[in-house]
Amino acid sequence: MMWLFLLSDTFTFGALLISYGTIRVSQPYWPDPNHVYNAFPLMGHADLPLAFVSLMTFILIMSSVTMVLAVHEGHKRNRAGVEKWLLWTILGGFMFLGCQAWEWTHLITGSHPVLIDGVVKEIGTTISMNPFGPAVPGLMHDGHQVTVPGPIGFGSFFFGITGFHGFHVFSGVMLNILMYFWTRGGRFDRLGHYEMIEKVGLYWHFVDLVWVFVFLCFYLI
Amino acid sequence: MEHEHQQAIASSPEITFAHEPAPNTKRIWKTFWILLVLTIAELALGLSHYIFHMEGWLLLFVKGGMIILSLCKAVYIVSIFMHLGDEIRNMKLTILVPLLLFIWFVTAFLWDGVAWKNLRNKFDRPSTEQVAPAAHDAQKPGGLD
Repeated sequence: MMWLFLLSDTFTFGALLISYGTIRVSQPYWPDPNHVYNAFPLMGHADLPLAFVSLMTFILIMSSVTMVLAVHEGHKRNRAGVEKWLLWTILGGFMFLGCQAWEWTHLITGSHPVLIDGVVKEIGTTISMNPFGPAVPGLMHDGHQVTVPGPIGFGSFFFGITGFHGFHVFSGVMLNILMYFWTRGGRFDRLGHYEMIEKVGLYWHFVDLVWVFVFLCFYLI
Repeated sequence: MEHEHQQAIASSPEITFAHEPAPNTKRIWKTFWILLVLTIAELALGLSHYIFHMEGWLLLFVKGGMIILSLCKAVYIVSIFMHLGDEIRNMKLTILVPLLLFIWFVTAFLWDGVAWKNLRNKFDRPSTEQVAPAAHDAQKPGGLD
């Protein structure tokens, strides 16, 4: 059943990413991700393209590994091992969510000068505003290059799809916490197998799998 | 003990293939290193088209490379972490055959997007040609809203 649910979820995410792709190729201009995602916490205005999202990707792959290790211990019916690796997986999930919260805040509050109706305004990236349009030649504001507004779809798809993925990560973390307490309570020892850990594991790997494609479509291409 | 363990797993209706518990975690860590190397390769490609400002076919080639690396990552995650590779044939086909629809989805929708772009280029006036305001507007704090 978990596989069938994941198959249906694959199509949901697939539909979202494909609609993003359709809108993106239909636009004459699209912002360069290396230019948008170049900040890192506590690094000020240093230009570090893709560094932070690489860290997020690494955290998610690592938490996938700890989840497989939990399933592995489950096969051996080693309760203490399952508990240990589940806790690491939960920690990884929370770290990923924290990173995503930071990145969203940075995008929404980090404003850039944009020329709108002949007036320069400072706007951030939201679902209805995008400051990353083409540059206006020769127009500077406080030492920053002024641009025209970029395609609105950029923010809506970014926040929509990473938000939907983040919601999956959040549900995964909640399920893992539930699994942790069920393991601690000895539920699986009484049942005689740790199959439930495997199912939640499948879901968790699926979240990692989706991130592979979100990372590809939003940050790399 | 071993016999009892197998029976317990086989009694669950949702497990199609009760595999032997793997003796160690070597395979998991090997997969982790493969995924890490693939991710680093992707990043290298992603940064290369930032640093060298590629265009045309070269850029498409680099992007194609990143897509292929991502698909490789997906295969490793699904077949080893989600152990679909160890399941019986019917199970694999049930999951993988519907995914073939994506080939058509991606082709059709991107095709549509490109057609849309061509129509825009043909009939719309370019929205990027905005006239810069007079210099005093941009510098005067009052004019900045």
